[in-house]
Amino acid sequence: MSKVDLTSQNFDAEVLNSSDVVLVDFSAEWCGPCKMIGPILDELAKEYEGKGLKIGKVDIQENEELANKYQIMNIPNMLIFKGGKIVDQLVGLMPKEELANKINAYLA
Amino acid sequence: MVYDCIIIGSGPAGYTAAIYNSRAEIKTLLIEGPQVGGQLTITTEVENFPGWPKPILGIELMNNIRKQAEKFGTEIKSGIVKNIDFNSQTFIVKTDDKEYQAKTVIISTGASARWLGVPGEKELRGKGVSGCATCDGFFAKGKEVAVVGGGDTAMEEANFLTRFAEKVYLIHRRDEFRASQIMIDRAEQNSKIEFILDSIVEEILGKEKVEGVKIKNVKTGEIKELKCNMVFAAIGHHPNIEFLNGKIELDEKGYIKTDSNSTKTNVLGVFAAGDVADPHYRQAIVAAGRGCMASKEVEWYLDKFK
Repeated sequence: MSKVDLTSQNFDAEVLNSSDVVLVDFSAEWCGPCKMIGPILDELAKEYEGKGLKIGKVDIQENEELANKYQIMNIPNMLIFKGGKIVDQLVGLMPKEELANKINAYLA
Repeated sequence: MVYDCIIIGSGPAGYTAAIYNSRAEIKTLLIEGPQVGGQLTITTEVENFPGWPKPILGIELMNNIRKQAEKFGTEIKSGIVKNIDFNSQTFIVKTDDKEYQAKTVIISTGASARWLGVPGEKELRGKGVSGCATCDGFFAKGKEVAVVGGGDTAMEEANFLTRFAEKVYLIHRRDEFRASQIMIDRAEQNSKIEFILDSIVEEILGKEKVEGVKIKNVKTGEIKELKCNMVFAAIGHHPNIEFLNGKIELDEKGYIKTDSNSTKTNVLGVFAAGDVADPHYRQAIVAAGRGCMASKEVEWYLDKFK
């Protein structure tokens, strides 16, 4: 499954009411480290196909209200949702292996 | 398979070494490390790299240099080097899950921004404490923010942040700056920037988010609290040498020791280029130049020991 573009309109359906674990990546065009994480998340989205993980992206410029709602003050910033609740927050650039380890902990 | 050369790091030094290596038909692997593209990927516009009369975004510049290296045949892999075995016949470079062998190694792992190391900083990372003004400036909209430091990075970040913030405090421990004059002038002429000199940050205040900083005047000893919503650290860098586990000789500042006219380290066949071996200049163009030198020295070394 490829990454889902998230907006205020689809956030509830795609994230809060999802039966999957959802990783939400808050990012922006001007953020270098976000651009580094983007392709890593694309790969992970493919590798976790059918394994109960969804990866979504919030463009904070387009969706400032979502960034405000979740009090995002730094990007890259990834929130992990399970059962509609935030279970983890990952701030800053991190290697793929470390990200996968974090994700695996919530898929168990 | 044994590579002629493994380059560790993906900043200007690493990629430039890769361009020169590959053009010289030196079989090269470049391992990118945790921050692909290096420190320039978190700066804004680069105005002083020759060949770019109009400013270029740091990330674009790095993508261009990377493409140039790939074009000539450098193999580029992601991964973080954890250890190097210098004792075997060929050097064995180990990442989390793989091992690679090479006849020579160029270390160009660069430097990383230093954090302030004061109470509250770790706790409030992601809640207003930032290491990347370019990334997080957007969140400073209408707020008051503090930049800590007195070098070019601090000036650049302070200026950049005035695009968003109502007010930028520039906190510096001395009353003079390491920054270049043009950057200081720009900051001084910017009415949104207030200089707070001879002062150090003792604590970042706030529970759920940054609410201020506690600062101490080093001359008078006076302590006061300054209200702000975000804190940006720009107080310098430390070389990324942890993975060497003390096996390469360092200088008194903790950077890899090389001669000024060479990139050779104390281990034969191992070279170092860029900020990891440069406590003085820390410029992309210097790193690129040293990367070129490292590649030439690899070439001569391989010729000699063929």
